[in-house]
Amino acid sequence: MTSKNRTLFGVSFALVFLLVAENFLPGWAVNMIAMSLSSGLVILGLMVIMRAGLVSFGHGLYFGLGGYGAALGAIFLGITDAFLLILLGVLASGTVSLALGYVISRYRGIFFALLNLAFSMLLFGILVNSASLGSTDGFSIPAPSYFGYVPSATETRVSFALYGIVCVLTYLAILWVHRYLSSTLGYIGEAIRENEVRVEYLGASVRQSIMIKYTISAVLAGLGGALTVLLVGHVTPEDTVYWTRSGEFVFVAILSGTGHVVAPFIGSAMFELVRTYALQYAPGVWQLLLGGVLLIVIMFLPNGIWSLIQRFNRQR
Amino acid sequence: MVSVVAIFVDGIVYASWLFVIAIGLTLIYGVMNILNVAHGSFYALGAYSSAWLLGKYFLFGLPPSGSYLLILVAALLVGAFVGILVERCLLRFMYDRDEVVIVLVTYAVFLIFEDLMKLVWGVESYMPYQPRYLLGNVSVVGLPFVIYDLCLVALAVVIGALAWLGLNKTRPGKLLVAVIYDREISVAMGINVERIFTITFVIGAILGALGGAFTAPLIAVSPGIGIEIIVLAFAVVVIGGLGSIEGAAVGALIVGLGRATAVHLLPQAELFIVFAVMTLVLLIRPHGLFGKADFRKI
Repeated sequence: MTSKNRTLFGVSFALVFLLVAENFLPGWAVNMIAMSLSSGLVILGLMVIMRAGLVSFGHGLYFGLGGYGAALGAIFLGITDAFLLILLGVLASGTVSLALGYVISRYRGIFFALLNLAFSMLLFGILVNSASLGSTDGFSIPAPSYFGYVPSATETRVSFALYGIVCVLTYLAILWVHRYLSSTLGYIGEAIRENEVRVEYLGASVRQSIMIKYTISAVLAGLGGALTVLLVGHVTPEDTVYWTRSGEFVFVAILSGTGHVVAPFIGSAMFELVRTYALQYAPGVWQLLLGGVLLIVIMFLPNGIWSLIQRFNRQR
Repeated sequence: MVSVVAIFVDGIVYASWLFVIAIGLTLIYGVMNILNVAHGSFYALGAYSSAWLLGKYFLFGLPPSGSYLLILVAALLVGAFVGILVERCLLRFMYDRDEVVIVLVTYAVFLIFEDLMKLVWGVESYMPYQPRYLLGNVSVVGLPFVIYDLCLVALAVVIGALAWLGLNKTRPGKLLVAVIYDREISVAMGINVERIFTITFVIGAILGALGGAFTAPLIAVSPGIGIEIIVLAFAVVVIGGLGSIEGAAVGALIVGLGRATAVHLLPQAELFIVFAVMTLVLLIRPHGLFGKADFRKI
């Protein structure tokens, strides 16, 4: 089987498995899967620009725009349909990234990272001082409906409709990004990382390619943000836009590695799992653990946990 | 008139405080090209160790004037210790890595220190108010100002002057400038760059700890203070130009006065204004007001 077919087959199988497994899993596991898939989308977005050698310390901006876009639509526009809310969040982050991408695409290395940080902190500065949006406390949103279907309010677990939306959207996003990355425009990313000038001489526009990658990555982050907010039902500036959140995304992206479109979801699932157990059994050393793992990954696994899977594949 | 004076003095005090913290960050970046996220931990470590020692000191009823010396000693010791620890045991193995990867390494160090501090000092806050309280107030055109805060201005001036003299008038300082300009040629000329790196990092760490140690009497020292300070310090050094000492001073003044103006006139914009300036500077002069643009290498 070619690698493309194998990915399609594997991801489709995973989708069916996750949708069927929902019936047998306890509520907390369903919630955890949905949460790690939606934050995995953000990591997938980061991966797209990291392939071009760009690391953003401010992707919380697009995560937050997606989340706040959906949440504000529910509160102020009175939209209850989950699909519309998600669309609203994605549109918010997509539009902003188109505008900002125009200037950000000129920046590289540390300045790219810092400009993203600056933009995300700008939004944070606005949000924490907006009393109407609950300042640092944020606000809650009512449970959404799905094409007219309203889940019963007594249900404590994540509604199957929302879980299904998360799984299917993630599935589509993975296939879309996989297709994109194996296209010419996708491969230009690695070329830009290796040598920009040559890319220009070969006739491709580096700036345009980076703008496209940046927008894709922002749309994915916005989608992840909107889904996360719908899952949690509450949105705060500190959990979405603040730099600690952006740092966490970069952490998971480094942990996962940029080798394959599935890697971000493996990384994000591991992160979510470890966090759940660490916060329960050893809340005092959670960050210590993170820092230690980050150091080990940077030193011994520069291509993330995906390189372990690759090594296993090669041996076989 | 009165509010103008208030804004000005508040702004200068705030700027001095920022300068003491940011100068270490910019020094480390200038010499080593490391954007050190762990600087926030050095600040927090300085604050914790001085707050903890001050608590013990006043418990034993020792002469209060000695407490100022204690703050200084605490910062020196803890800064030197963690500086050597981090540089020798970790960072020196990373120098051939990409700039952005090293940022992540320092971020990992930052995360580790966040929890270590909680393990050592617990999660309750320390409030060593005495050094600030003891100096009393002074009145400037009818407005009371705390003398301790004004002493921070003096501290910033002394540190700035020492940095300038050290870099421009002493032999080690000139070697440092040579390394800043060209690392490879410096090695070729026989400068021990590795040793300069260690010394720079330790000095930077001490300056960060010093900033924290002198801040301890102003605030409630509690977990998370390093998280807030590090983005602010980033803003300051980016505005001034990464790696530039004069830049750190100007950046601190801009952020300090800007924030003081916002606090007095439009409190909602307090945080926004800092990052608005940072964004503007990055957009117009990415290398900061005092930074030098380097050529893109092919």
